[in-house]
Amino acid sequence: MGATVFSVFVISAIGAALATVLVIAERYITNYGECAVIINDDKTLQVQGGSSLLETLTQQKIFIPSACGGRGSCGYCKVKVVGGAGPLLPTEEPYLSEEERAAGMRLSCQVKVRNDVRIEIPEELLSIQQYECVCVDIRDLTYDIKRFRFELKEPDRMRFVPGQYVQVFTPAYEGSDEEVYRAYSISSNTTDEGFIELIVRLVPNGICTTYLFEHLKAGDPVKINGPYGHFRLQDTDAPIIFIAGGSGMAPINCMLHQLANSGSERQATYYFGVNTPKDLFFVEEMKAFEARLPHFRFVPVLAMPDEDSGWEGETGLVTEALDRNLDRAESYEAYLCGSPGMINATVAVLQGHGVQVENIFYDKFS
Amino acid sequence: MNWTGELWQMLVVCFAAVFTGNILLTTFLGMCPFLAVSRQVKASVGLGFAVVFVMTCTTVLNWLAYRYVLVPLDLEFFRFILFIIIIATFVQFVEMVLERYSPALYQSLGIFLPLITVNCAILGASLFMVIRGYTFLVTLGYGFGSGVGWMLAIVAMAGIRQNMSMERVPKGLQGPGIALIIAGLMALGFIGFTGVL
Repeated sequence: MGATVFSVFVISAIGAALATVLVIAERYITNYGECAVIINDDKTLQVQGGSSLLETLTQQKIFIPSACGGRGSCGYCKVKVVGGAGPLLPTEEPYLSEEERAAGMRLSCQVKVRNDVRIEIPEELLSIQQYECVCVDIRDLTYDIKRFRFELKEPDRMRFVPGQYVQVFTPAYEGSDEEVYRAYSISSNTTDEGFIELIVRLVPNGICTTYLFEHLKAGDPVKINGPYGHFRLQDTDAPIIFIAGGSGMAPINCMLHQLANSGSERQATYYFGVNTPKDLFFVEEMKAFEARLPHFRFVPVLAMPDEDSGWEGETGLVTEALDRNLDRAESYEAYLCGSPGMINATVAVLQGHGVQVENIFYDKFS
Repeated sequence: MNWTGELWQMLVVCFAAVFTGNILLTTFLGMCPFLAVSRQVKASVGLGFAVVFVMTCTTVLNWLAYRYVLVPLDLEFFRFILFIIIIATFVQFVEMVLERYSPALYQSLGIFLPLITVNCAILGASLFMVIRGYTFLVTLGYGFGSGVGWMLAIVAMAGIRQNMSMERVPKGLQGPGIALIIAGLMALGFIGFTGVL
């Protein structure tokens, strides 16, 4: 008995001694004191040094897009560091192109704040916040697309520009132990204050879409952050071509609300491409916009209309319909939302009709 | 045993640990980082140096702890726990010091340290040195030799895998599958050193 107590005591004492060494070392060696993070040469944050730039900024309520949560595996959290970050780390190299390295871009989850750091981030990112919401409604739009309506709770208002997107936090659930953020464009009207709506297509085995489709119920809490993105209507009078496919409807719908709100008389044509009649949705809403906007036309395009459905509208790929209907279009602006393949094909067709490449705006989602 | 004799034994044990008794290829310890970090020669060299350093230091530290703490107190059976916490503490400590005082070294070596805290080859080397009853000097040679042997194996592996990226590997064998087969062939190759000593 005495021997057991003695041996437990010895081993505990050794363990405690070693732990003390580490605690002392952490106190004195990894203590980098107060550091300043200087943003855009304008705002200075006093922070405790020692953690990663991403963590430090998150603590200061500045949200840099990041999908992997700081493990250096997604490459989204790029930030331009002007000074104070030290040399490029091998863990960052795979995610940065030559141009990005030359411009001083770094992965903020890998850069540690050990001294004063000067960074440049876009102004919009400074307005990004985390929102606690409640899912108030889930509506089936088609067999694999749903519309989710969230009520913003804390904060209870979001200022966003139509075309921007938010990131939805996906907690671990049965069958997925990963916590991820996924980006979805806002589809609802900016005047619908206190609420936002997202249009989501089910991705087979997708972590977030499976969660949204199979686990989220009306009344459940949801965490989002945003808004992000530069996709937005330009403030001109140029005639508009909207082109979207499937859930790419979301940002375009939001932009149409914006045009309707301001009583815009801009000429606008919306080519909406889907496969079959059962993939088509929001037809009533688009008709309502046609009634409210004097120069707006909605052109649904079916790739595979059924023989007996009596479809009289456009058929084929959305690019083919565009090619048939568009003449010379030098003065047009084009707004695209869809898969990368569809975007690339559409850009080629638009340029073929004379649309200037700087007047083509898009959100590529993959 | 006199000094020269012990020194000579140290060299022999060191040489044997590199080639004939390579800890990775004869006992297959430390396989996890061996498979994970052997895609590029550059990274594998960094990890290799980290292992050499940590293995040399921890076998010596563990020898001292075993000889002067556990043996006098008759607590040899505690060696597993003691070795593990000494290794973990040491690695943590070195990482902190490097990060603070030598960013250049931290960048080339330090970022690999967390990968090898729980490397079983490191613990294995400490346990073997106890089982085989090595003296202090011989332990030093053994720890260093084992580290160099491990490094030699991973760098060779990385070289092979880099060249192999040009080859068409059957689909079912891509990645870890072919890597394990190569590791097996390398182990067979190292048996050829057996007659040297």
